Amino acid sequence: MEAVFSNFGEYLDAFGVTLALFAVSGLASMVLGLVLATMRVGPVSVLRGAAGLYVTVFRNTPLLVIFIFMAVAAPKLGYTFRFVEDVEIAGWNVSAYFTRACIALTLYTSAFVCEGIRSGVNSVQLGQAEAARAVGMTFLQSMRHVILPQAGRAVIPPLASVQIALAKNTSVAAVFGMAEATATMRAFNNNYADQRVQIFLLFALGYIVIVEIISFGSHMLERRAKVA
Amino acid sequence: MRLAGVQKHYGNLHVLKDIDLDVARGEVVVVIGPSGAGKSTLCRAINRLETIDEGEILLDGQPLPQEGKGLARLRADVGMVFQSFNLFAHKTVLENVTLGPIKVRKKSKAEAEARAKELLERVGVAHQAAKYPAQLSGGQQQRVAIARALAMDPKVMLFDEPTSALDPEMIKEVLDVMVDLAERGMTMIVVTHEMGFARTAANRVVFMADGAIVETTNPEKFFTNPESDRAKDFLGKILKH
Repeated sequence: MEAVFSNFGEYLDAFGVTLALFAVSGLASMVLGLVLATMRVGPVSVLRGAAGLYVTVFRNTPLLVIFIFMAVAAPKLGYTFRFVEDVEIAGWNVSAYFTRACIALTLYTSAFVCEGIRSGVNSVQLGQAEAARAVGMTFLQSMRHVILPQAGRAVIPPLASVQIALAKNTSVAAVFGMAEATATMRAFNNNYADQRVQIFLLFALGYIVIVEIISFGSHMLERRAKVA
Repeated sequence: MRLAGVQKHYGNLHVLKDIDLDVARGEVVVVIGPSGAGKSTLCRAINRLETIDEGEILLDGQPLPQEGKGLARLRADVGMVFQSFNLFAHKTVLENVTLGPIKVRKKSKAEAEARAKELLERVGVAHQAAKYPAQLSGGQQQRVAIARALAMDPKVMLFDEPTSALDPEMIKEVLDVMVDLAERGMTMIVVTHEMGFARTAANRVVFMADGAIVETTNPEKFFTNPESDRAKDFLGKILKH
């Protein structure tokens, strides 16, 4: 216990990094996933195929492999993302490690977001899309005004699961230079070998709190969608 | 509007066989026939909710565009009423009628709402404007669907079995609206089993069976003295009760 409490600032910083990874990748994966899902259910066969291929590649590849690719292979191809180190956001310097981790997490998670949204779209009756087309809406208009608003409620539970998985998947970044919660837990374990069980429990608790917050948020959204 | 040599297959099933049909402006054409005759498919092909394999469909002399913006524009000019209403479930009745005019015709909200209220009044559901579709009866929903289609100021209206999912009591209120529409000179293609409507409102009856047009005549002649044996057989079955 004492190991964590006497270094509580470090503990909080570590979860701060975890949350930053989660927030950036979470948002980016939702946006990319929505674009992919729209391509996948759309009328243009080339885009449909491209989005399908994307999902096949990134959903079927272990996250660790994508991380290794970003850390080892991408720099060989010239993508080091060093340029981000000149960027400073609110006094905090963006690192190339952070950027690569977010890209890996986003690439992986957006494939699942895409499939989650697609399942929601499929839950909307075909007649709704036909009626939208019959009044002359383009595909994008019918998605935006008719299909997605109705898919919304069906989409919340699967997307919450995907985002919960993402919150925990940020721990893979521990192996790639990010001092996030899991990496910090290992450091604490090295320094305080007699308190390993307590250290483990307190870090697990941190993750549990984060996931509970996401889960609570999703329940609230679901309830609001039910009323409307 | 003109259909020429239209063919469609579902796998081995030949659902539309060499369909030729001309519909003049202001004409009301009723399509009658047994189930599986291809009536609905024909109706849906006209605004390309179903694609066709061969032949061509012309509207105002223009062939149907393949996909994209051109097709959307064409569909805006073709009103469609479905058997299962298909009102937008997450929108109020008023929003159902204004959505197309606002998003597709780029009308102002005020202008679209004024027109929508006028149309809802005309089909007799003005007092339900703030409700959601699920709160309405089937007959009311179908009348809203007609108002939604009319709000786009279509050149032609397609009705795909508009009363087949309704209770007998509600059928009349929908048919009344359709008869009124026909009397106002709307060009209409109506797929229906309502022989009464065909008699009173149709200029022409198209009888379909097994994917082909068997007979095209005026309603009086069709109901009293049909030419084809297939039509005689069909009428014999349905007019007995």
